Amino acid sequence: MSSIETLPAAEPTAYYPSPLREFWSAFKRNKGALGGLIFMLMLVVCALFASVLAPYNPTEQFRDFLLTPPAWQEGGTSQFLLGTDELGRDMLSRLVHGARLSLLIGLASVVFSLVPGILLGLLAGFSPTRLGPFIMRLMDIMLALPSLLLAVAIVAILGPGLINTIFAIAIVSLPSYVRLTRAAVMTELNRDYVTASRLAGAGTLRLMFISVLPNCMAPLIVQATLSFSSAILDAAALGFLGLGVQPPTPEWGTMLASARDYIERAWWVVSLPGLAILLSVLAINLLGDGLRDALDPKLKNAA
Amino acid sequence: MSLLEIQNLSVRFGDDGAPPVVDGLDLSVDRGEVLAIVGESGSGKSVTMMALMGLIDAPGKVAANRLRFSDQDLLSLKGRQRRRLIGKDLAMVFQDPMTALNPSYTVGFQIEEVLRQHLGLKGKAARQRALELLERVEIPGAASRLDAYPHQLSGGMSQRVAIAMAIAGEPQLLIADEPTTALDVTIQAQIMELLLSLQRDQDMALILITHDLAVVAETAQRVCVMYAGQAVETGRVPTLFDAPAHPYTEALLASIPEQSDNRRLATLPGIVPGRYDRPAGCLLSPRCPYAQPRCTERPALEPYDRGEVRCFFPRNMTPDEAPEVLPEAQRPSQPPGEHHVQ
Repeated sequence: MSSIETLPAAEPTAYYPSPLREFWSAFKRNKGALGGLIFMLMLVVCALFASVLAPYNPTEQFRDFLLTPPAWQEGGTSQFLLGTDELGRDMLSRLVHGARLSLLIGLASVVFSLVPGILLGLLAGFSPTRLGPFIMRLMDIMLALPSLLLAVAIVAILGPGLINTIFAIAIVSLPSYVRLTRAAVMTELNRDYVTASRLAGAGTLRLMFISVLPNCMAPLIVQATLSFSSAILDAAALGFLGLGVQPPTPEWGTMLASARDYIERAWWVVSLPGLAILLSVLAINLLGDGLRDALDPKLKNAA
Repeated sequence: MSLLEIQNLSVRFGDDGAPPVVDGLDLSVDRGEVLAIVGESGSGKSVTMMALMGLIDAPGKVAANRLRFSDQDLLSLKGRQRRRLIGKDLAMVFQDPMTALNPSYTVGFQIEEVLRQHLGLKGKAARQRALELLERVEIPGAASRLDAYPHQLSGGMSQRVAIAMAIAGEPQLLIADEPTTALDVTIQAQIMELLLSLQRDQDMALILITHDLAVVAETAQRVCVMYAGQAVETGRVPTLFDAPAHPYTEALLASIPEQSDNRRLATLPGIVPGRYDRPAGCLLSPRCPYAQPRCTERPALEPYDRGEVRCFFPRNMTPDEAPEVLPEAQRPSQPPGEHHVQ
């Protein structure tokens, strides 16, 4: 006699991966982003342990070794792996210390533009009739000026230096955060869950920071990484123009500027800081792309 | 005394000259009653409920002679008091479950938040209650769903979670705004069943906004038919279905595929009048197959034996039960009550 076996009805227990794990599995599929992440981690290690990793003090001048080529070139010595600059300072040490400055400038200017940008964007999104237009017109005015010109103007007013460079870059990149936050807030505000939390008794502050803001974070995180790289570029540009970090501080852009007289005689003095800027900006951009793909659910399904 | 009493509610957007989106609506709901509000898109069903909840933002204006909910005057409640009442005693389920939950938080967190806010439950107690609520709305594997994010749930399950959140405060009145429109047919029946069983068990009143007349026939005790912001007919189920008094109700019923005996589905030509093409007389008159010269006046909502009707020439009436419907202008009307904008 044949019998039909019935399986015991299993209690459906679903296993949900944590959001972090889900993010990571989406992120690691993107090899370019992974490469960017690894390079960034190296930069961070360089920045954190600069004084341990660098063979010499970045401002120490070896007067007997002016413009020594890198070790693998004719005339190079193993004493200075990447050669020395016009004052006999070790290039490797200067580059490693420069990573610290570049990351500091990038991080600080992102924080100083992200936080006020989010606040202004939230205010503009939540008050579409009064405060909103005022904030947005102000941002439009800032966007109407070329960003580097505005940064130069701000530095010219505040005076050159590390802190003022950070402020100038932060102010220049503020409008994009405000616009991005406002746009995200406006779309989220029309969702039913916002109405639902208003119904459940949420006040305006709670709506702003707890209901709406976390749902606007994905584009902001991506914008933050991308503007991190443009902050490094802007800082290098300001340094090159002599308005940024002042010598002898080993900032990549400043190093470029002071080395441009030797571009024909000693390529390494110009190329190496340039290469450092190029690689770190590329790495951060790849990282940002990967973040966007991993955080944006619409692109996630398409892949 | 009824649980919810609305008298002469008007909502308008823009300046005072703009035609109202909701026009002089009277509505009452008793404890434990199921009231259905039907009408096509743009007839003001959802706006009425938003006005009731105080969710009409400027430039919208809400005016009413009376807006009472269980002995509390909703018109005079301000800020904190209103927030304490709404969401606890008066809750709402939305049309699209996929946007009704906050994508950034787990289901458990969102339910616990309501419990924390309105019942003061914390920690383990809140979690335990959230689990009970999920089990009450018949979510399989409720314990593991507490840690799920909304995107990990299906539409039907999300709607169940939304219902769980709505009943977390044990409301006396639940408003379901087209709760099944975004779901497929098999799930629709389950969700309606769930809403009704909750309504019976907790003895709460239910306002069901829908354009699915089949659902109304099976669930509601009373129906209010709305057209262009006005109630055109109210009546009890099933009498309203057997003998619709207003031509619009008749047309709505005729447009159900199952009721159609011809090969072609009966339709009502035209669309709901918008802001700039509101007729001077009866709002239905341009579309009404029975329109007569007198329909250039606007009729008032007039009570009769089986309900109320807003038509000079009601259908399906015996001569002695037909009400004498007067033009709106001749009825002693109360001035609109105090304005409140929120």
